[in-house]
Amino acid sequence: MNEKTPSKLEKVLAAGHMAVTSECGPPRGSDPEVIKKKAELIKDHVDAINITDNQTSVTRMCSLAACIQLKLMGVEPVLQMVTRDRNRIALQSDILGAASFDIHNILCLSGDHQSFGDCSQGQNVHDLDSMQLIQTVRHMRDEGKFLGGDDIKRPPQMFVGAAANPFADPFEIRVPRLAKKVASGVEFIQTQCIFNLDKFEEWMQGVRDRGLHEKAHIMAGITPFKSAGMARFMQKRVPGMDIPDHVVKRMADTPKDQQAAEGITIAVESIQRLKECEGVHGFHIMAIEWEEKVPEIAERSGLYPRPQV
Amino acid sequence: MIVADRKPVEEIMDMVKDVSSLLILGCNECVTVCEAGGKKEVAVLASTLRMSFLNQGKEVRVDERTLERQCDHEYLEEIRNIADQYDAVVSLACGVGVQFMAETYPRLPIFPGVNTCFLGVTEERGLWTERCQACGQCILSQTAGVCPISRCAKRLLNGPCGGSTKGKCEINPDLPCAWQLIIDRLAALGRMDDYEQLMPLKDWTTDRAGGPRKVVREDVQS
Amino acid sequence: MRLNYPPDIKIVRVPCTGKVDLVHLLHAFEKGVDGVFVVGCLEGDCRYKTGNLRARKRVEQARAILDQVGVGGERVGMYNLSSGEGPRFAQYAMEMDEIIRRLGPNPLKAARKPKAA
Repeated sequence: MNEKTPSKLEKVLAAGHMAVTSECGPPRGSDPEVIKKKAELIKDHVDAINITDNQTSVTRMCSLAACIQLKLMGVEPVLQMVTRDRNRIALQSDILGAASFDIHNILCLSGDHQSFGDCSQGQNVHDLDSMQLIQTVRHMRDEGKFLGGDDIKRPPQMFVGAAANPFADPFEIRVPRLAKKVASGVEFIQTQCIFNLDKFEEWMQGVRDRGLHEKAHIMAGITPFKSAGMARFMQKRVPGMDIPDHVVKRMADTPKDQQAAEGITIAVESIQRLKECEGVHGFHIMAIEWEEKVPEIAERSGLYPRPQV
Repeated sequence: MIVADRKPVEEIMDMVKDVSSLLILGCNECVTVCEAGGKKEVAVLASTLRMSFLNQGKEVRVDERTLERQCDHEYLEEIRNIADQYDAVVSLACGVGVQFMAETYPRLPIFPGVNTCFLGVTEERGLWTERCQACGQCILSQTAGVCPISRCAKRLLNGPCGGSTKGKCEINPDLPCAWQLIIDRLAALGRMDDYEQLMPLKDWTTDRAGGPRKVVREDVQS
Repeated sequence: MRLNYPPDIKIVRVPCTGKVDLVHLLHAFEKGVDGVFVVGCLEGDCRYKTGNLRARKRVEQARAILDQVGVGGERVGMYNLSSGEGPRFAQYAMEMDEIIRRLGPNPLKAARKPKAA
C-alpha cells in the first residue's frame, strides 16, 4: 500500500512494522498541561496518540484542541471524531481545522449514547454515521471537495481509521461490518480491547478469508487491568466487552497488592500471542488514567524502540 | 397511530386554576386507542377536576365533549355554537388537535391534556411503542421493513454500533437493537447480502430539519 | 338469612362487578356520597372470568384519584366473597360502616352546602 498522507502512523504500517498507538482522555477543564503530561509519559513508546472525543458522552476539552496541543509538542496525534455531537457542516469544518495544524490521522466513530454522560438531556446529532464519516474524509482528501461539491483549498491529508469490535453482537455480522467499513474507505482499524483471544482469532480468520487484512491495517486493542474489581466491572457492566471467566478468575486469585502487575502481565502475554496472528499489524494500548504503564507494556512486549520512518 | 399519554392531573389543574367554565374535549381516534384522550378519559378527567375545584371551594362548570377528531375543520366546527360559553378548553387530542383548535378558536384558551409522544403501534393493550419518525423519505424497502431512524437510538443507517448486546440497545436492555432486528429479517428473507450495501448520506430536508413540512395534492384540491 | 347490617348502606345491584366503571365510582363521590364499596365474587370464581379483576383495577384507580383531589382514597374499596356467604357480607357491611364513620362525611358535601341555599 502506498502512503497517501504525511502520517507517521501510515508510514510505520506501510513499511511493515508493528505499529503502536495509545490514547489519552482530555481533561474536564481547560488546562493543557494535563494532556502534555500524559503525552510526555508515552510519546517515545508509541507512533501516535489518540485523543478521545467526549468519550462516554462526558463533556471534556475537545479532541481537536488536545490534538493541536500534541502537535505543538511534536507528537503525532490521532483525532477521534464522533458523529453524535456534530452535523456534517461541523464535521467537515473540524476536519479542516485539524488539517490546518497538519494533523494527519482521524478515527471515525458514532459515539456512545449521550444518556451515559453528563448531559443526558441533550440532543444527539448523528447527521452522518461512522461509515458515512469515513466516506466524507476520503472524499475531502481524494476528490478535494466538500460534500456539497465545492472545491476545498488545501484538502486535508488524513489517514482514515475506524474502530471495530469483534465482540459485539451479533457475531455473525462482525466480519461483514468490517467489510462495509473497508468499502467505505477505511485504512486502519483499532479494535475494542481484547481479552477473549480465541474469539478474536476466530474473527481474524474471517477477516483473512475475505482478504480484508490486506485492505486495512488492523491494530489490536489492549487494555491492562488495574485490579480484579476493574475486570469484574468491565465484564458485567460495559457493553460490547467479552472477558472470559478464566481471565477474571486469574485476576481475582491474585493477591490485591499484585493485581496491577498481573494485569500488565496479561496484557503483555496477549500482545505476544497476537503478534503471531496474521493480519494484526499493530497494537492500540488503552490504559486510561494509567498512561504511565504504557512504556512498560511496550518494552516487555518487544515493541520498543519505535522504528524511525 | 399517534400515541399520547395523559398529563399528570396536577399539571392540568395548574393550567386551569383561574377558570370558571371549562370544556374537556376528547378525540375519538388515536388518543382513544391509546386510552389517553377518548370519551372515557374525558369523563374521568372532568369528574376529577370537578371534585378538585369543589374541594377548593371554587364553583367551576366542567363540561365534556368528544369529537371524531380535532385535525379536520368540519369536526371542530361542531362546537362553534357553544365555544363562547367557556373560559378555556382542555383538549385531550394530540398536539396536532390542540393547535388546530387554537387556530380555529383564536380567542379561546386551549390547554393540552396529554403529552403527544410518537407514531407507534399497540403491541398489546397498555403497551405502545414507537415505529416511525416521519422522516419524509421512507427507506423501509432497504432495511427489510424495520426502520433504523425511529428504532435505533443513534439513527445509524449502517449499524449496529459496538454497544449492541444480545440483541438489545446499549441504552436500555429492554429495547431491541434495531439493527439486530434488521439483520434477523434480512436473514429470514434470505437477503443477508443486502447488509453490506452502504446506505448513502441521508437528505434530512424532508425531516424536521428542513422546517415545518407540508404535502400538497393539486389534483385533489378544489 | 335476615341478618342485620347497617341501615345507611344502599345496595346497587349489578350482574357482575365488571360492569362497574371508574366513572361510576367518581360520579358517586362528586354527588356527595361518603363511601363506595364494590363487592364481587371471589377471585377465580367470576362467572365472566375476569370481571371482578377489572373491578379491582378500577377501584385502585379511583382510590388514587380520590387521594389526589383530597376526598380520600380510603372511601372506596373492594371486597370479594361468594354469594352464599351471608354472615360474611354482614360482617363486611359493618366494617365498611365503621370505616366511613371514622372518616366522617365526604368533604365535598360541605363544599356544596353554600349553593344549596
